[in-house]
Amino acid sequence: MKVTFPHIGNTYIGVKAVFDALGVEVVVPPLCTSRTLELGTRYAPEMACLPLKVTLGNYIESIERGADTIAITGSCGPCRFGYYGVVQQEILNDLGYDAEILILDPPQDGDFKPLFSRLAKLGGPNVTAGKAIKAGYLGFKIIKEADELDRMILKVRPREIDKGQTDAIWGKYRADVIKAFGPYEILKVIRRAKDEVRAIKIDKTFQPLKIGLVGEIYTLIEPFVNLNVEQKLGNLGVEVNRSIDLSGWVIDNIFLGLLGLSSEKRIKKAAKPYLDLCVGGHGRECIGNTVLYSRKGYDGVIQLMPFGCMPEIVAETILPQVSKDENIPVMTLILDEMTGEAGYQTRLEAFVDLLKRKREKERAKKHYGLLLGH
Amino acid sequence: MDYYLGIDIGSVSSDFVLIDDEHNVISKLYLKTQGQPIKAIKDGLRLLRDEMPEEADITGVGSTGSGRDLAGVMVGADIVKNEITAHAVATLEKVSDVSTILEIGGQDSKIIIIRDGIVTDFAMNTVCAAGTGSFLDRQAARLDVPIEQFGEMALRSTTKVRIAGRCAVFAESDMIHKQQMGYEPEDIINGLCEALVRNYLNNVGKGKEILPKVVFQGGVAANVGIKHAFEEALKCDVYVPEHHEVMGAIGAAILAQEEAERKGYTDFRGFDLVDMDFKTKSFDCDGCANQCEVVQIMADKQVVARWGDRCGKWHNALLKRQRRDKDKAMA
Repeated sequence: MKVTFPHIGNTYIGVKAVFDALGVEVVVPPLCTSRTLELGTRYAPEMACLPLKVTLGNYIESIERGADTIAITGSCGPCRFGYYGVVQQEILNDLGYDAEILILDPPQDGDFKPLFSRLAKLGGPNVTAGKAIKAGYLGFKIIKEADELDRMILKVRPREIDKGQTDAIWGKYRADVIKAFGPYEILKVIRRAKDEVRAIKIDKTFQPLKIGLVGEIYTLIEPFVNLNVEQKLGNLGVEVNRSIDLSGWVIDNIFLGLLGLSSEKRIKKAAKPYLDLCVGGHGRECIGNTVLYSRKGYDGVIQLMPFGCMPEIVAETILPQVSKDENIPVMTLILDEMTGEAGYQTRLEAFVDLLKRKREKERAKKHYGLLLGH
Repeated sequence: MDYYLGIDIGSVSSDFVLIDDEHNVISKLYLKTQGQPIKAIKDGLRLLRDEMPEEADITGVGSTGSGRDLAGVMVGADIVKNEITAHAVATLEKVSDVSTILEIGGQDSKIIIIRDGIVTDFAMNTVCAAGTGSFLDRQAARLDVPIEQFGEMALRSTTKVRIAGRCAVFAESDMIHKQQMGYEPEDIINGLCEALVRNYLNNVGKGKEILPKVVFQGGVAANVGIKHAFEEALKCDVYVPEHHEVMGAIGAAILAQEEAERKGYTDFRGFDLVDMDFKTKSFDCDGCANQCEVVQIMADKQVVARWGDRCGKWHNALLKRQRRDKDKAMA
């Protein structure tokens, strides 16, 4: 058995480590490129949402490299994601591939047996529960550290004195980490990159604009799909914060979620005056996080979504009111198959200009108020 | 005399403006890009050079529009600015009490909301061209009416004809259907103007608070039929500024002046660049799995710009070299 899985941000780093530790042969799909998108859009239904197409491209590229089993998570929420595995399996069958998709979704009726039997199938006969827990722990630790590295990069990039250093380290790290084998080697690559980022000389007096990213999780996390929005903003001198990352999602949904402690409560509370029910995907979180970003003193918020994403469309229509009430500019960017980046860059630059002028004006006002003794 | 040059390279038109240090427009040009921005930039500069007064001196250059990066590299721009900011800067200069800017160009349209002299919100059309100039161009060609007369004809309409405006394809088939029912061309054209305005307001203007004073600019603002349809729909006066078709270029020129004064010099290559040979070449970088397509701009066989490498390896190496050469030249 050769296992593969879809790309979403740093997932591949952690998941590869888990399978390496378990001794399961794994095929990491090549990082998403225009070919991935091309394959996905050719074989997926035209009206399907973008993540379905790109992940389908991942599977096909992995199958070409010998994968026969595809592990994905599932969902029983109101968004189309819940159908991905089933639809993609049909498409692969029609294309004549005999790869099997194993959907690892939480049971709705409390019966964990089907989930465990699928997990056992993935692990093979030699994997004991203890071994699986240890591998899972290491995988989680790796994703956590990879996310930490991402956050460091987001802080350093706008502040670096010699422009381009962060990007160079990031590019090299992405090339190295995919080649590393096993959890310990992978951790070494991540920590080396962290050291390199720490060594970058930064301008400590520079106060970058701060932008929070909200929206649909896949477009937020996968840099190929969001056209490297974090990198583009960072190089425009903006400190970016992503409202959702993988390790946070795992903590919330798997660990704390079981205990009923997840940070989602805070987000839901913030969203409550605007949207008091689950509309699927991350629609409610999108609203709640926008409110929270404003209260944390962020300068602006950007909502990302794939074209036609129902939960995010609901959120999009509510955001102008949130923006007004909370005095925080919000821009929505819709992502689809287009890889031409000119229009996208224009919007980002214009949004950053807008925030800059707003901040200057508010500071001038404050200064003027102080002069008058207010 | 010190003049500042603003260049707006759009998908349909390439605009050039010369302003003096008090932002008066000295000369302006409106050329078709025709998918060849390099040629358009050279043609524009050649024409400007011939028009310029003897004693004039270009002391700052700015570029904007979707071709702004290319233009910036070719002419040696002091500032390269996105078209939203460029338009807002120019409009605030010419109409200081503006609250809403409606801009309709060839391939895209935008709305810019201004409060107390700063941009507070904006939007650009995303997925549909039904609200843009090229859609009108195409329908004018269909009806065999010169686009310049389109607006005048719309104003002569006497009967309302509703044409679907949600999508360019729907609009076209709807229009054909209405034509076959025997409506006058004036009424059809007026219906189209209303459809475009409706589409713009529902699509680009969605969720935006449109307050007077409303300024309408871009190439399509020359069309009095569209202006009238906006006034009907918004129930307020719509103001079209004198240089409405080159506002982006004016904004770029104003920003260039600010930047050149701040720096104390200009990076303008001089008009000799019209005789230089500019070429775009590309290669696939195999440094990592990303396999970026790296685009190189060559000026007389020398690399002057690089884009497209996600990790920045290629363009940063070039920037470093250019900085070194500049320091050497200064020393």
